[in-house]
Amino acid sequence: MNFIEAIIHYEFLQKALITSVMVGIICGVIGCFIILRGMALMGDAISHAVLPGVALSYMLGINFFFGAVITGVLTAIGIGFVSQNSRLKNDTAIGILFTFAFAAGIILITFMKSSTDLYHILFGNVLAVRPSDMWITLIIGILVIAGVYFFYKELLVTSFDPTMASAYGLSTKLVHYLLMTMLTMVTVASLQTVGIVLVVAMLITPAATAYLLTDRLWVMIYLASGFGVVASVIGLYFSFMYNLSSGATIVLVSTLLFIAVFLFSPRHGFIRKVIKSRKRASLAN
Amino acid sequence: MSNALSVKNLNVSYLGNVALTNVSFQVDEGALVGIIGPNGAGKSTLIKAMMGLIPSETGKVEILGKPIRKIRKKIAYVPQRNDIDWDFPIHVIDAVMIGTYPHLGLFKRPKKQEREWAYQCLERVGMQDYSKRQIGELSGGQQQRVFLARALAQNADIFFLDEPFVGVDVSSENTIMQILKELQKEGKTTLVVHHDLSKANVYFDELILLNKELIAKGEVTDVLEVNTIQKAYGNPLAFMKNEIGVKQA
Repeated sequence: MNFIEAIIHYEFLQKALITSVMVGIICGVIGCFIILRGMALMGDAISHAVLPGVALSYMLGINFFFGAVITGVLTAIGIGFVSQNSRLKNDTAIGILFTFAFAAGIILITFMKSSTDLYHILFGNVLAVRPSDMWITLIIGILVIAGVYFFYKELLVTSFDPTMASAYGLSTKLVHYLLMTMLTMVTVASLQTVGIVLVVAMLITPAATAYLLTDRLWVMIYLASGFGVVASVIGLYFSFMYNLSSGATIVLVSTLLFIAVFLFSPRHGFIRKVIKSRKRASLAN
Repeated sequence: MSNALSVKNLNVSYLGNVALTNVSFQVDEGALVGIIGPNGAGKSTLIKAMMGLIPSETGKVEILGKPIRKIRKKIAYVPQRNDIDWDFPIHVIDAVMIGTYPHLGLFKRPKKQEREWAYQCLERVGMQDYSKRQIGELSGGQQQRVFLARALAQNADIFFLDEPFVGVDVSSENTIMQILKELQKEGKTTLVVHHDLSKANVYFDELILLNKELIAKGEVTDVLEVNTIQKAYGNPLAFMKNEIGVKQA
């Protein structure tokens, strides 16, 4: 049976597809701001920091979305507090706090009955998406897209020139925590498809691929979402056809797209750069 | 003429080090003022503290008779060039359009009207032909002109410029200076952090000479005087006499 037939035939695969597409879109959107603000490590941190929240939610029998958002945002606040109130640099504060949250999460998870849950949370299992998870992903998706749409101006100016933003009275802190909240929600949505460990790849790789192709932020956002979707769908295909971990296949496809663009991008590609510097060298001689 | 800016007993510390001690001065409306002083004298700190971007321990700053938080939208700020990420995916025209953001408020997006206004501001600095370039493709002088255009787009009454002439070609420097003089004629008040003493006497009417405290403030000819300059820089300046026209005491 081929992939298309299977999608028409199996409901679980339809849910997987819808979830993957949505995750691909919102990871691309938020990822653009994450890489432009130089916050790749922060993306990694928040994705790990949702683990204790997920574990607690399972224990309390509530949807894991709530617990995950709470521990994710708390970690972001903790990181901000430590780096602003000590001589430590931001990345050091990030390193301390997210590993703490992740370690706490592992302990909490071991109190749970099954260890397959941990495996799925860490590495994703898009083929086991429940209807409620799909709906949560869709709601998160709509919230995140609406958030970026309505605060696009504020996200742009605080990423590009935060000093000017605060000079005219915009609270850069508020925008930062808004972004961190959206980042946490995106991470939670991505747990289904790529899992905690690889979320950061979905945030960064499609956005970075787009960054090498355009000089305009809004184009970059659309391209990043597009790459996210393509990687998710093709990754899902390989995951289904060859019974591989969906997180791994999605991230690999995404990386292949990046490599192609890194080499062949018309303006910022590696090959273009080599040709340019050769030309310059031959002109100099 | 009324006060555009009044600073009283401003004290600022930065990571435990004293950056500014007891700085007090006033600037008249319509003045074009240079802030000069040696490296680490607290020149940038002064304008950032005046704008409330870094906390001050004590002191009172009033702009056009109001505390800073009530008057923010009347102030335009041109940052130092190396504070900006020049690889950011943004075109020149869109960078200038950011100048319209303060007056747009939440949820409103710049429309055709804002775009046209931004384009006019670009024309004023002579950069309209570059409106669709990525900002990193420009030379240092062109980048500085674009940021001046952004400040113009803000329709402000007070302008703060932080080292606008560093890494800038002569023709851009002249364009920028010409626009600052035009702004002065329109009654706007401008404060410019200026790195070196050369041309300070040509560019500004008044100078603020700083070295962690206020050394002097006043007419250019009074401030650029050997004894005063020596107080700030603390080294023999005989060689500067010919170069920049420091008056012999």
